[in-house]
Amino acid sequence: MSKREDSVGHVWQHLILIVMVLVTVYPILWVLTVAFSGQQNLAFIDLPADPTLGDRLRAIIPWPEQVTMSNFVAVFRDQPFGRWLLNSVVVSAATTLVGVFLACTAAYAFSRFNFPGRRAGMMSFLISQMFPGTLTLIPLYIIIVEWLRLGSNYLGLVLMYATIAIPFCVWMLKGYFDTIPRELEESALIDGASPAMIFWKIILPLAKPAVAVTALFSFMTAWNEFILALTIMDKESMYTAPVGLRFFVGGFAEQQWGFFAAGSIVAALPVVVLFLMLQRYLISGLTAGSVKG
Amino acid sequence: MAGVIFDRVNKCYGDTEVIRELNLEIRDQEFMVLVGPSGCGKSTALRMIAGLEEITGGQIRIGDRVVNNVAPKDRDIAMVFQSYALYPHMSVRENMDFGLRLKKMDRGEMDQRIDEASRILGIEKLLERRPKHLSGGQRQRVAVGRAIVRQPSVFLFDEPLSNLDAKLRVQMRAEITGLQHRLKTTTIYVTHDQVEAMTMGHRIAVLHDGDLQQVGTPLELYETPRNLFVARFIGTPPMNFFRATIADDGARLTADGVELPVHDSLRRITQGRSGKEVMVGIRPENLYDVKRQTDHPTARIRLKVALVETLGHEVLVHGHFGSDERETDPSKLLVGKVDPHSEPELNQEIEMQARLDSLHLYDPETEARLGEEGE
Repeated sequence: MSKREDSVGHVWQHLILIVMVLVTVYPILWVLTVAFSGQQNLAFIDLPADPTLGDRLRAIIPWPEQVTMSNFVAVFRDQPFGRWLLNSVVVSAATTLVGVFLACTAAYAFSRFNFPGRRAGMMSFLISQMFPGTLTLIPLYIIIVEWLRLGSNYLGLVLMYATIAIPFCVWMLKGYFDTIPRELEESALIDGASPAMIFWKIILPLAKPAVAVTALFSFMTAWNEFILALTIMDKESMYTAPVGLRFFVGGFAEQQWGFFAAGSIVAALPVVVLFLMLQRYLISGLTAGSVKG
Repeated sequence: MAGVIFDRVNKCYGDTEVIRELNLEIRDQEFMVLVGPSGCGKSTALRMIAGLEEITGGQIRIGDRVVNNVAPKDRDIAMVFQSYALYPHMSVRENMDFGLRLKKMDRGEMDQRIDEASRILGIEKLLERRPKHLSGGQRQRVAVGRAIVRQPSVFLFDEPLSNLDAKLRVQMRAEITGLQHRLKTTTIYVTHDQVEAMTMGHRIAVLHDGDLQQVGTPLELYETPRNLFVARFIGTPPMNFFRATIADDGARLTADGVELPVHDSLRRITQGRSGKEVMVGIRPENLYDVKRQTDHPTARIRLKVALVETLGHEVLVHGHFGSDERETDPSKLLVGKVDPHSEPELNQEIEMQARLDSLHLYDPETEARLGEEGE
């Protein structure tokens, strides 16, 4: 009896979940459909003047009439998308390096040393996370573009992204460093290791999961960011991928939805690959400290 | 090899004094145990020797050298931590040679030291494993091995056995004692477990609230505890205490329902103190069955049995003396030992005999021992 009730309950659960999955996947299926359709417009099915129900259904099912790679070839051959992708890679990689390095060293200091301003520092990092990112747009623009003259420059954008990524990374890493027993460091100290050596040889290798999460977060902050990049990257040759994508469909010219979709898929791939690669660390990193190892 | 000397050492955290004027000499090749309840300052004292805590006042000398401002690595010590503190991302071998590599020792000598240490500890087959693939006992051995390969002049142990189960603890206790006997390296061992202290140390230093209470061999501490704290702390089950009044110009001790003649060896203390109160201490093994034949002078005490604990080789009887209705008054509870087969019933009134020449007398105010060294 109870088994039957259980399975009926499961049916409902599964129905709800299936609907949720469809809702989530539907837009992505459309992007894929448009990208592989070889066309530029969204409505690629011409409804007859007097459409039947079948015609209408056909129009909302994301399935291309023909499958072709022409949009993918064109964004690289006819459009400067390759260049934009390269810009994104450079900026994101640099942001990751700078962000992770500074966040690790800062978080270690916050976790282990007592110094004036320690609490205030951590708090200001936390508070900076409470405001919407766009609020910092104008001050950052003034500092980076007007004072430092780093408009349309890799370094300028990397600096901006690092300021956004570092506070979260520092909190994340500090939390992890706090869980690493001090006795390990004391033991290393007796063994004759210098503080720098303890950091590089003991702490960082042990914090790998947290460092992986931070690296991924920094990378994604930079890779997906749109507004800051749009604001300071004026020259077309310096666009990042998200900014470039926007210009396929945003202007007054013909809307190039096919290029937009193809470009989006290409731009999403690195993040997907990174996620898969770092999955193992992500799980242990995000739950860091929640259970006693 | 070297001794360690605490010379009027103080340690404060802000306004809180955790160690006060500690004077203690640990002799070369000695196995010294620092023991006390948690928060007594024993671990802090050990960490000050290691250089992991700053010394607020006074001097610590290792050998002839004042080490107050010497970096931990230059103190020629090795420490075994309670959590073992093995580097989780390194193999056992790498854990053991980490310090040696930092000293830029050549590979040949390093391997020789590791081989020797791992042979002594029986961990040869574990050298390539990571700590997480070791059992608690094996980790403990590796931690000791890591200390041995450094060939330091002083070993420091910070409660190294408290994470092991009871059986393994007994085994490792014997191994560490044996190792110290063999290597003859000065060893300072911190524990809160008085059994470890009694069984392992050449000498024991008892600390309480940052004050050194008594230093001596295990037997000295057991037989002549200098104050109530040490008397209560050393020995299981702990010494019994009750308040009594001196009567008949020091010839008798009286408490509620208890009359004990004072033995000649204690007369010097009680004489001329009629009417004064003292704390009388008697160890459970000196309070036994009336049936037991003994050459020692004894006196009888009537007890109402409150608890009987059978341990196999002996039976512990907890009982209250006196006529008070409050039969649960802990200040009138005594623990004695009877033979395994004479199990008394609960609430039964029994008689036991107290050995009179091994009573301990303490001043109830100062808590100091009355007698030769206490007065």
